[in-house]
Parts: sequence; structure tokens; C-alpha cells
Amino acid sequence: MSFDLGLLRTYGVEILVAFGVTFLIWIAASALGMIGGFAVAVARRWGPAWVAWPLRAFVEVIRGTPFLVQIFLLYYGGPFIGLSLDAVPAGLLGLTIYGSAYYSELFRTGFDAIPKGHLEAADCVGFSRVQMIRRIIVPEMTMLVLPAMVNMTILMLKETAILSIISVPELTLEVSSIGSAHYAFVESFTILALAYWALVELCGWAGRLAESRLSRYRFAHS
Amino acid sequence: MTSSPAIRVRGVVKRYGATEVLTGIDLDAPRGEVTCLLGPSGSGKSTLLRCIAFLEETSDGLIEIDGEPLGYGPGSNGGRVRLPPASIRAVRSNIGMCFQQFNLWPHMTALGNVSEALVTVRKFSRGEAEARAMAELEKVGLAKRATHYPSELSGGQQQRVAIARALALEPKIMLFDEPTSSLDPELTGEVLNVMRRLAETGMTMVVVTHEIGFAASVGSKIVFLDHGKILVEGSPTQVFGKPRHARIDQFLDTYLDRGAAGLL
Ligand SMILES: Nc1ncnc2c1ncn2[C@@H]1O[C@H](COP(=O)(O)OP(=O)(O)OP(=O)(O)O)[C@@H](O)[C@H]1O
Ligand SMILES: [Mg+2]
Repeated sequence: MSFDLGLLRTYGVEILVAFGVTFLIWIAASALGMIGGFAVAVARRWGPAWVAWPLRAFVEVIRGTPFLVQIFLLYYGGPFIGLSLDAVPAGLLGLTIYGSAYYSELFRTGFDAIPKGHLEAADCVGFSRVQMIRRIIVPEMTMLVLPAMVNMTILMLKETAILSIISVPELTLEVSSIGSAHYAFVESFTILALAYWALVELCGWAGRLAESRLSRYRFAHS
Repeated sequence: MTSSPAIRVRGVVKRYGATEVLTGIDLDAPRGEVTCLLGPSGSGKSTLLRCIAFLEETSDGLIEIDGEPLGYGPGSNGGRVRLPPASIRAVRSNIGMCFQQFNLWPHMTALGNVSEALVTVRKFSRGEAEARAMAELEKVGLAKRATHYPSELSGGQQQRVAIARALALEPKIMLFDEPTSSLDPELTGEVLNVMRRLAETGMTMVVVTHEIGFAASVGSKIVFLDHGKILVEGSPTQVFGKPRHARIDQFLDTYLDRGAAGLL
């Protein structure tokens, strides 16, 4: 059995489609997870206690259980509470929920890291809470947590592979099934590794680009 | 209204839990003059200034800005009543504040820092706001640094931008909390000069400072705090001249530099 990348020629289109599915689910779940996570972090920080408490519990539960278990429960347990989703929407929803919890924690630490005086200065010149969040807190937090956000987004990519267990036609499922059909395990997993690695590199590159654009703003003092 | 002082503080108490940090402060800051708050570390200077800026809630007592009650008004049975947010916002808009740590927003240029509130809060167009901001930067001698980010400015320049940021909103009163305490002596001078010029324009100022020389030469009223109480107040000559309070002697020994000694 020689190392034969002829699989790529035969199944090029299928693999490309699966790559696209992974890419889209990853980007969509990350973007929605960031939005959800931001909402959770803001609500926990500035919302009333009756909102903050359940959200805290939500974050603890999501962070305290494996994603594999969560997605299983959502897909196979969902119908019992009237939530019957196809594999792709279930996968997207599951990953978004998972991401929201993690991103929210990240944003929360970001909020805490903003020097209190920067917000007091905004308060003194008459900013409302919403204006302060939009004009001061979000941009400052972003530059503080950007490296951690890139990290988390890379983890999100790797978690998309878990969606294969609920038969989302993403990279891992498609390529590994092609591999087993042809007894070409080494080849198929090499292709998988390269594909994920390319996406991780893309993410890292985007992160560095954003960081370099923000680097001028680095804190000047204390 | 012209008879009322710019700031009137009556019976202000501030507690953190069980500790009383301000124990019933009565203070008038005269209009168009510079009031300097002095006192040892932990005496409550910052707390008092922050209460006047409404960055801290007082536990009791009343504060008036230009005759208008700030945050709380007198209640019916001798107590006090909380005023609506719109009133608080309106009264606070008369006050500008500068901090020891400058607190410029790091993601905005000097021009951005100064024009931001004009756009966001006062609803100026970007163009109008930047024109006004440019004029303010000019006054503090930093027009050439308009496009620099805080990280690209010296501490003294940052503090001058912070002063311009506050002045752009045309406050009637400027509060300063140790504006030069984190600066080298060289940079301290450039900031004090800006403040001196501001005082000459007739701005009402309240300045917490350890710069005795500045307080003695620019201040028209010196207020000495100790343990949350006003220990002595009066003109620089009354407070620093001899004979003077033993506590002030002690304080001057700690903070007075040789340069300032000649002024007294
Ligand atoms: N948020 C807080 N919680 C509890 N105690 C506080 C708080 N802020 C200030 N204090 C206490 O109040 C007292 C007065 O503090 P304040 O900062 O007003 O002093 P200060 O005169 O400005 O001192 P310095 O010259 O060191 O700036 C101090 O004993 C301080 O420990
Ligand atoms: Mg202080």
C-alpha cells in the first residue's frame, strides 16, 4: 500500500464541497458565537440580577461539559422537547451555543481589563451607558482580547470535526468515509490535517492583520 | 444666582462600609477662582473631588453647582431626595475633570479624544467637532500632535490633551485630581503652565495637588484636609503664613520643595 493522493483526483469535488461546509459552519458559528457571547457578557455585567444568574449557570454548564455530549443531546434529545433539527442546523446551533459561552467569558475578562479611569473619563464628558459600550468599551476590549479570540476561533474550527457524529457532511465525515471505503487511511487523514491546518493558518493570518492594525493603540501608560 | 458660589458643598459625608472617609464637609469654591485641596495621603481629597464630579455618590449632604443641586436636593423632612437622571446630566455638563492618570482613550488620536464627546454627546457634525477640537489642542500647544495616539505622546502631552478634551465641552468648572503627580518635573511644568493660563482666563478651578508652589501662587483659596475633615482654609497667606497650624508645618516639611520655599 503506497502513499497515493489519487483520492484527491477522484473525489476532488466532494472534498471541496465538504471543505466548504466546514468553512461556512465554522465562520457562521464563530461570528454568531461572538455576537451571542457579547450579548451574554454585557447582560451579565450590566443587566439585572435575574438575567445575570441564569446566564452564569448557562456558561458554567456549557464550559463544564464536552462539546460532543452537548451536540449529541441537542440532536438526539432535542426532539423530546419539540426541537427537531436537521444535522446542519443542529450543528450550527450547537456550535454557536458552545462558542457563545466561551466568547462571553473572554469578553468578560476583557471588560475587567479596561482601566476604570477610561470609563470614568467617558462618564465625565456625558456618555450614556450605550454610548460608552459602543465607543469605548468594545474597541478597547477588542484590542485586549484579540489574541485570545483568535485562539478560541481556532478551537471552534477543530470542534466542527465533532459534528461528524451527527452526520453533518463536513470535512472529517466525508474525507474519513472516502478513506475507509478505499482503505486509504493515511492519505485521507493527511488530507484532513492539511485542510484544517490551512484554515488555522488563515485564521492566524487574519488575527495578525487585525492586531497589526490595532497595535498603534497600545496602552501608553500605567 | 450670581451670588452663589460656583460650588457649594454642605455637610457632605462619604462612607465606604463602616469607614467614614468624608465626615461632614462644608466648602465653597468661589466663581472664577482657583481652589486648591491639600492634605496628606488618604485624607479624602480625591474622594471629595470625585463626589463633586458625581463619580462617587455621597452618603449624605448636598452639593450645588452654580446654584443647582447636584444629584440630591433638599427633602421635606430635613432629609434629601434623589434627583432625576436628566437633572444630574444637565448639572454635570458644567463640570470638566482631569485625572492623575490622564485616562485618554487609547484607540483614538489626540484629535479623536478631544472631538469624541462633541460628536457622541453634543451631536456636532464630525467636521464641526474636529474644528473645535483643533482649536482646543492649539490652546494647549498640541495642534501639531493632533493625529498622534496616546501611546505616541509624552505624559505631559497626554495630560494637556486630557485638559483640551474637558475644555472642548465648555465647562464652567474644571476639577483636577493631582494632574502632575505621575509626571517628571520637566513635564510637570508644561502642564502647570497650561493650568496657570486657564486660571488667568477666569475659569473656576478646584485642584488637588501636592505642588505647594502652584497652590500658593495660583490658588486664591487653600483648603487643607485631614482625616476627612477640613482642618484649615483660607488664602495662601493665611494658611501658609506664620504662625501656622502644626499639622500644616508637618505637611510642608514632607512636601515642600526648595523652589517653592521662596514663595512663602
Ligand atoms: N472605593 C473605596 N473603598 C474603600 N475605601 C476607599 C475607597 N476609595 C477610597 N477609600 C479610602 O478613603 C480614604 C480617602 O481616600 P482618597 O483617595 O480620597 O485620599 P486622597 O486624599 O486622595 O489620598 P492621595 O493623596 O493618596 O491621593 C482612604 O483611606 C482610602 O483608603
Ligand atoms: Mg487622591
